[in-house]
Amino acid sequence: MKATDDAVAPLLEVTDVRKHFPIGRRPLFGGAQPVLKAVDGVSLAVRPGETLGLVGETGCGKSTLARCMVRLYDLTSGSVNFNGSDISTLSRGDLRPLRREMQVMFQDPYGSLNPRRRVGSIIGDPFTIHGVAEGDERKRKVQDLMELVGLNPEHYNRFPAEFSGGQRQRIGIARALALNPKLVVCDEPVSALDVSIQAQVINLLAELQERLDLTYVFISHDLSVVRHVSDRIAVMYLGKIVEIAGVDDLHDHTRHPYTQALLSAVPSADPDAVAARERIVLTGDLPSPANPPTGCRFHPRCPKAQQICVTDDPELVSRLGDVAVHQVACHFPLADGELLTVSKPAIADIDPDLGFDATAAAKGTSS
Amino acid sequence: MTTDLAKHDPEAPEPLVPDALELEGEARIEGRTPLQLAWAKLRRDKVAMVSLVVIVIIIVLALAAPLVASIVGHGPDDQYRQAGLTPAGLPKPPTGQFIMGTDDLGRDLFVRVIYGSRISLLVGVLSTLIAVAVGVVIGIVAGYFGGIVDTVLARLIDTVLSIPFLLAAIAIVSISGPSLTVTVIVIAFFSWSSVARIVRGQVLSIREREYVEAARSLGASDRRIMFVDILPNVLAPVIVYTTLLIPISIVSEATLSFLGLGVPPPTATWGGMLDGSLNYYRVAYWYLLFPGLALLITTLAFNLFGDGVRDAFDPRSDRLFATESETEDEKK
Repeated sequence: MKATDDAVAPLLEVTDVRKHFPIGRRPLFGGAQPVLKAVDGVSLAVRPGETLGLVGETGCGKSTLARCMVRLYDLTSGSVNFNGSDISTLSRGDLRPLRREMQVMFQDPYGSLNPRRRVGSIIGDPFTIHGVAEGDERKRKVQDLMELVGLNPEHYNRFPAEFSGGQRQRIGIARALALNPKLVVCDEPVSALDVSIQAQVINLLAELQERLDLTYVFISHDLSVVRHVSDRIAVMYLGKIVEIAGVDDLHDHTRHPYTQALLSAVPSADPDAVAARERIVLTGDLPSPANPPTGCRFHPRCPKAQQICVTDDPELVSRLGDVAVHQVACHFPLADGELLTVSKPAIADIDPDLGFDATAAAKGTSS
Repeated sequence: MTTDLAKHDPEAPEPLVPDALELEGEARIEGRTPLQLAWAKLRRDKVAMVSLVVIVIIIVLALAAPLVASIVGHGPDDQYRQAGLTPAGLPKPPTGQFIMGTDDLGRDLFVRVIYGSRISLLVGVLSTLIAVAVGVVIGIVAGYFGGIVDTVLARLIDTVLSIPFLLAAIAIVSISGPSLTVTVIVIAFFSWSSVARIVRGQVLSIREREYVEAARSLGASDRRIMFVDILPNVLAPVIVYTTLLIPISIVSEATLSFLGLGVPPPTATWGGMLDGSLNYYRVAYWYLLFPGLALLITTLAFNLFGDGVRDAFDPRSDRLFATESETEDEKK
């Protein structure tokens, strides 16, 4: 495990970042533009050399947060500090030199490579854009990169369509690493790949981190993958971080009911462990981020929720005497060894805005 | 014919199918571009190939028009009042000396038809190229930037599309006076908007692709994204539309010349000849027939060739050489 002490200045620090997307039309008379709160007040820091995992179910805002981190999106509010300087309000032109230091790896190995361009020119793009190398030098550098990520440099002139999914993801890695970045944000880099290929790509990423001293933000909805690669894990729910901790801490001292539910859903290869463990199936769906629940966003689905959860939004702080880096946003964090036994929501919360009756839904699923 | 796998996902890689069936023998390191794939498909389309041969012949004749004139011994504007007209002063039918007959001024119709092809091709190709260049740029800009830029440009496109071509052309030419340049500009002005609309629609879907986002995350400029990343992906429909726009422009030129709004006489144009023939076709069918045939054959050849090009780029017309992402939008 790499250094996770607080003494090191973070490479990337996001503070209270919000990203709201306008949805639909603004009402003609009065009324505010309806917005979808994809990311709603997230603060976290990434230290040099570590891998920060970011997990959460589909639609919780992971990818939006990732795009905010590297300023592919403009922020609604909040700030992003990269390498000591505030980049949250820089214009695209001012961001350009910084693009060399932070790169993104995309999820879809089919969609992230231009089908009409040759692999050599795709991987060489960073060199051209930043005026680093031209002509033969560029070609040599590209072929070095292809070798680095385990591609045949002779396939320089092929089109992306001629590669398999895993190979395409290697092309994406080569492109991201071309300019020797400090930070690589991996947006579900393996979720579109077969399991056997996933392992290859993950091992390649780990190996490259070692060799090139990279810092990763690793996004996935697959907790087992994240656990394998990360030093720390942040769990997101509906645009907010509900728990953040070191990998072992998160696993051994799970505090947030949502985290426990998520962990219990990870498939295990050990049949005894599966038998010993009760899987917590949460009822209800992820509420709409356009109209999130009041207070703690998890309360309509939480078995431990009480009245305060409906009214007060819990802060993300260290609780129950945990180390400072283990923070949880919950009024009633789970004690060590405490297991959720029921998966029904504790509050019969009929929220007219949501049009969703949690108890009725719970009955519906249990019967 | 090939695997059904490809049907499920239009974006799926086509695993070496062209390779295996092309039987080129040796392993190929260099991938074939969609253009090369389309060309391979086009080459097997007999109608398109015949049309292409016809087009090439027309182009060669147009280029060699002065040569033809010197072989025949008649210039395009030379009037043969003695040899070329009947004693009554009417056009002469096709003979050994004038193989397509003569017109009302005793000029050699054959030489004039050949010369007319120069104007037709020049105007057709030039105005199409201008229209496509303008249309592609405006379409990409509108689609890529979206928002207010798109709104303004899209309305502009709609406005131009709604202007009646002939009425506006008559008005413009009556102000500026007819000339070759005006003809080209007028036709180009009324053609770019449909190109722009097609391109804009394509770009609207392409700009949301991840590879565009990837380019942005690398720090690529807007201009680079538009013309290096997006343009190659809209090229197929643009090429198809270009080949279909050329015959339309040729007909437009003929129409304008026919109405006396195109290239002014005595320059030989097919439209102008058709106009001149109107008073004589009862006694001199050849005067109407040959320029009309020339126009018909030329536009037909371009249209059939354009159809072939469209089929060649259409992944559904032949699974064997399915190119990658000619999206559904193209057909709409």
